[in-house]
Amino acid sequence: MEIRKITILGGYGRGGEEELVDQVDLEMGDLLSIVGPTGSGKTALINDIGLFAAEDTPSMRRILINDAAPAEEFLDDPAKNPIALITQHTGFLSDVTVANFLDIHAKIRKHGNHDAVIADILEFANQITGEPIILDSAMTELSGGQSRALLIADAVIIGNSPIILLDEIENAGINLTRALEMLRKYEKIFIFVTHDPRITLSSDYRIVMKGGAMQDAITTSPEEKRIGEKITALDKIIVGLRDRISSGEHMLEKEFQSIMDMAWLT
Amino acid sequence: MKLIMCAGPPTSGKTTVLRQVVRRLLKKGRRLAYLKIDVQFADEDEVFRDEFGIPARKVYSGELCPDHASVLVLGDAVKWAEEEGADLIVETAGLCLRCAPYIAGSLGIVVLEATSGMNLPRKIGAMLALADIAVVTKIDLVSQAEREVFRANIMDAARIDVLEADALRGIGIDRLVRRIERAEDIKKPLMLKGSPPVATCTICAGKKDIGWEHHFGVLRKLDSDLFYRGE
Repeated sequence: MEIRKITILGGYGRGGEEELVDQVDLEMGDLLSIVGPTGSGKTALINDIGLFAAEDTPSMRRILINDAAPAEEFLDDPAKNPIALITQHTGFLSDVTVANFLDIHAKIRKHGNHDAVIADILEFANQITGEPIILDSAMTELSGGQSRALLIADAVIIGNSPIILLDEIENAGINLTRALEMLRKYEKIFIFVTHDPRITLSSDYRIVMKGGAMQDAITTSPEEKRIGEKITALDKIIVGLRDRISSGEHMLEKEFQSIMDMAWLT
Repeated sequence: MKLIMCAGPPTSGKTTVLRQVVRRLLKKGRRLAYLKIDVQFADEDEVFRDEFGIPARKVYSGELCPDHASVLVLGDAVKWAEEEGADLIVETAGLCLRCAPYIAGSLGIVVLEATSGMNLPRKIGAMLALADIAVVTKIDLVSQAEREVFRANIMDAARIDVLEADALRGIGIDRLVRRIERAEDIKKPLMLKGSPPVATCTICAGKKDIGWEHHFGVLRKLDSDLFYRGE
């Protein structure tokens, strides 16, 4: 089944009040961010999406695929589920090597050339994680960032999921700017739960959460997209500083000042 | 009457799944009775009685194998539920991962947690193979990739329906409820579905001595086949 569109139909907030946003439609290639303070209901919203809520969760929201109720097989068989959900706390439990696991997953998804698929995943994952993943390492030995990088690469390449939900990947220990660049190349719907202004402003839309309810749906303006790029530049400076300090360099106030002066010029 | 038998390892979420199921079935007007079988401690009967006001009982198997005890007591339990005019939901102890307490004509549900490792379906045998439906819980804690492998391993081990559920939040339960509603009434005489290893033995009955020469029944030595000793 070809996925063209996903629709979120609003329900109720925690206090029982009707959500101010009653419908959000996303089409292939769209990036959506879900924003709001901790406890505002962001994770509950992507869980509703990930599980195709049908007025059967506390929010009473409904999720439609191609304007219709999703097929039951989406939920019964994760291999047929068009949505991949990558949460903050999913790690791996399997006591097998990375190569072995990817091979099993590729077999279930009936990919022909496993070696090529595994090579693609590793290349993708290693572009967004700090420490390269080695095929012979055990899945359980991967760091948080490596696990998340592998999960994203697996969902994009083996799963080939048309809709990918990413819960706070800014905390995942991956190179976010690079990840966003890579993901943009795929014609998919990406939904981010995020506190990060780079992700938010490089998305096409954002849903603002409050008290468990969708409060507002905002289309990112061209002006905001430009600001997003500037925030990304600022972030590169922070990342540069972080890498230098992490690698044992000593910092000087004078040098720091000149870096900051350069930043203000951009 | 319908007989719903729910098995699965400890902490897999049997009770949580059943509470969600019972809540929904009661709303639809069904009358239900609940029986918990366990070895030495269970308070689930109180949970169901207090939360839903349905007739609920428990039975401790003590030194008997809990599935052996289930075979012995279920005849009486079905009569009890019939007198209550209710369908009977039985939750097993779930301690022995090999046993399969399912009765022919009942709906056998095995509850497995996605966090239990992707090879579990290959290890548990009849508890899975003789069930009618597998419910995979705690799906929110495991990556989608591993869930796919887990499911594929269930399907490899048993040709049964697999449902994924987030039982804490009640997601995926409606489909299980529909499956229960479609289940047929049981017919007497009640017979075990398969021949699971529910035999009682001197060890199960509490004899702690090590070495075959201290026991009776079906025995083996390190270097022998099974043999029988006793009357």
